[in-house]
Amino acid sequence: MEVKRFLRDICQAPGISGYEHHVAQVVKAAFCRYANEVRQDRLGNVVFYKKGAGEDGQRPRLLLAAHMDEIGLMVTKIEEGGFPRFAAVGGIDPRTIVAQEVILYGRETLAGVIGVKPPHLTDEEERGKGHKIEDLYLDLALPEEQVRKLVTPGDLAVIRREALQLAGGAMSAKALDDRAGIAVLLCCLDELERLHHAADIYAVATVQEEVGVRGAAVATYGVVPDVGIAVDVTHGEMPGVPEHDTSAIGKGPVITLGPNIHPKISAELIRLAKEYRLPYQLDTAPGVTGTDARAIQVTRGGIPTGLVSVPLRYMHTSVELAETEDIKLAGRLLALFIAALDTAYVEGLTCF
Amino acid sequence: MLLKRLSEAYGVSGDEGEVRDILSEELVGHGELRTDTIGNLFVHKNTGRQPRVMLAAHMDEVGLIVVGHEKSGLLRVHKVGSIDDRVLVSKPVVVGKNRVPGVIGAKPIHLQKPEERKKAINIENLFVDLGARSQDEAEKLAKIGDYVAFKAGTREIGENCLVGKAFDNRAGCAILAEVLKEDYALDLTGVFTVQEEIGLRGSGVAAYSVYPDFALVIETTSASDVPGTKEAGHVTKLGAGPALTLMDSSFIAPQQVVDLLVQTAEKHAIPYQFRRLTTAATDAGKISQTHAGILTAVVSVPCRYIHSPASILSLSDWQNTLRLVRAILNSIAEGGLPVCGNY
Repeated sequence: MEVKRFLRDICQAPGISGYEHHVAQVVKAAFCRYANEVRQDRLGNVVFYKKGAGEDGQRPRLLLAAHMDEIGLMVTKIEEGGFPRFAAVGGIDPRTIVAQEVILYGRETLAGVIGVKPPHLTDEEERGKGHKIEDLYLDLALPEEQVRKLVTPGDLAVIRREALQLAGGAMSAKALDDRAGIAVLLCCLDELERLHHAADIYAVATVQEEVGVRGAAVATYGVVPDVGIAVDVTHGEMPGVPEHDTSAIGKGPVITLGPNIHPKISAELIRLAKEYRLPYQLDTAPGVTGTDARAIQVTRGGIPTGLVSVPLRYMHTSVELAETEDIKLAGRLLALFIAALDTAYVEGLTCF
Repeated sequence: MLLKRLSEAYGVSGDEGEVRDILSEELVGHGELRTDTIGNLFVHKNTGRQPRVMLAAHMDEVGLIVVGHEKSGLLRVHKVGSIDDRVLVSKPVVVGKNRVPGVIGAKPIHLQKPEERKKAINIENLFVDLGARSQDEAEKLAKIGDYVAFKAGTREIGENCLVGKAFDNRAGCAILAEVLKEDYALDLTGVFTVQEEIGLRGSGVAAYSVYPDFALVIETTSASDVPGTKEAGHVTKLGAGPALTLMDSSFIAPQQVVDLLVQTAEKHAIPYQFRRLTTAATDAGKISQTHAGILTAVVSVPCRYIHSPASILSLSDWQNTLRLVRAILNSIAEGGLPVCGNY
């Protein structure tokens, strides 16, 4: 399986929170060969079911969740002259979108640029300040009447960014948060083709994570898993960020510890990584995590939850950077976890 | 399309080779080609006629230069030319002769304190990331002194417009190249100059060696007809035709030269506008003060968001600037140069 090509395709697909239909098609096209059944729920979560080899009653139900939505922009009004203003969908740092090209999905697909007050009208003091979202606008290089015909408040826009292959196995793209996680799910399903697993697997591409982990909550309710594992990205090391708050790029997947995570799940992941000599890293979340794990853990009467992450630099910019080897290793670790999963282990998860 | 090829070529000030090669190849057989010690490219079309006219367009673009390697494998960079630091954030780039791809990232919004979010991210806190894991690996991919340029394609946008990088001044280069393929009843030297963006370094020596009777600089200038800017601050308006310079921080156009440009535009019904800003400099500043003074004029293609990887220019402006340059040359060939200095 070509992970890099899949990553490039899926990162370039648009899929702002609440409007994931396009990226969902890309996910379905790649995942359907591994699934016995594919369904989509009323929020848009895409659930891929892969039957386990266990006898009836001996097949634990395992949920894997990675979110397919990305942050983006939504048109709020059209300024005089034909320049749309916009709001952020999800956590966008306005300073990272200045002078970017965008694709605006109006009545037609339109090319645009994010403009800002020009430098000759900016004094020294202003230059020291970061741009606010209200300073920015879209420039479609169209006459005003054309813009008013083609664009309406509520239309969506994403940053136009081609994925870049960098040194080694590093890759930079928009939306690697959390399309990298979707790629982990794909790698995991591919590994499982060659492994015996008793458990039934529900691999879910979730929606609306960036606006408050909404998709994962209903997906988990629908699947009713015995174990849920969220797969997301986590901050990679970089200058200006304390080392203990980040993980290294290229040193393996990150296993999270903390109250949001069932201790026996993190322990099992660590045990397997050691046994199979897979590189791994640890991260601690003192409170709830900002991932689907947050919702999964408290769905229905409670679901034992784990979190495996891919280290990622420059999160929520259009040049997010991750290492493909970390993605493959995360997929392998999850496949080993699933292969080892049996009803005895599941029963143990309620015994504290 | 030559303009697209030129705009996608990399040519930060001091590293204009790729642009120079495209232009040399394009103009073989259209005059006598030579380069000088600083890297200017000359195309001389000697007709034996008077007056001697020099056309100049700068090849270089703003960018960065590698100044160091971090232990982590990230690159430290400084700016080459004038770039607002805030434009650098979250952009792809290429580094060095091998065009190694990289990105300029930013600290994630999640890890920033509210106070931090209000500040611009300046160059001291920005790094080029090639994906290298160590200083050793980074040193193999990029050397100290390697140039770094924005990586951006050129594509159509809106109504007959293009979006891309380095239209300042590849738009001027493309016009000059077109003109040099044509014949005029003048002794004509086209100069593709270097190092304009770091202080008009190439044009002065070029003008010294050519010493023309008249020089016309073909440039690209800001268009700021955008929200939050009152008309007085527009500088130029996109789609309103070539911009004529009256005054910038380096140069004041002689009135007779302005008259020639205006009369020529009006005679040929070419739309034009005056560039309404007295700051920023062009090659005209150096050329006009070379030797005992050289009669000089500037025409520019308006362009939004210059010095960023997502600039917008109007192809009708570009065409009209080309038309105006042609008309000016023909007008001088027919009617001679305006007489200046008789006060």
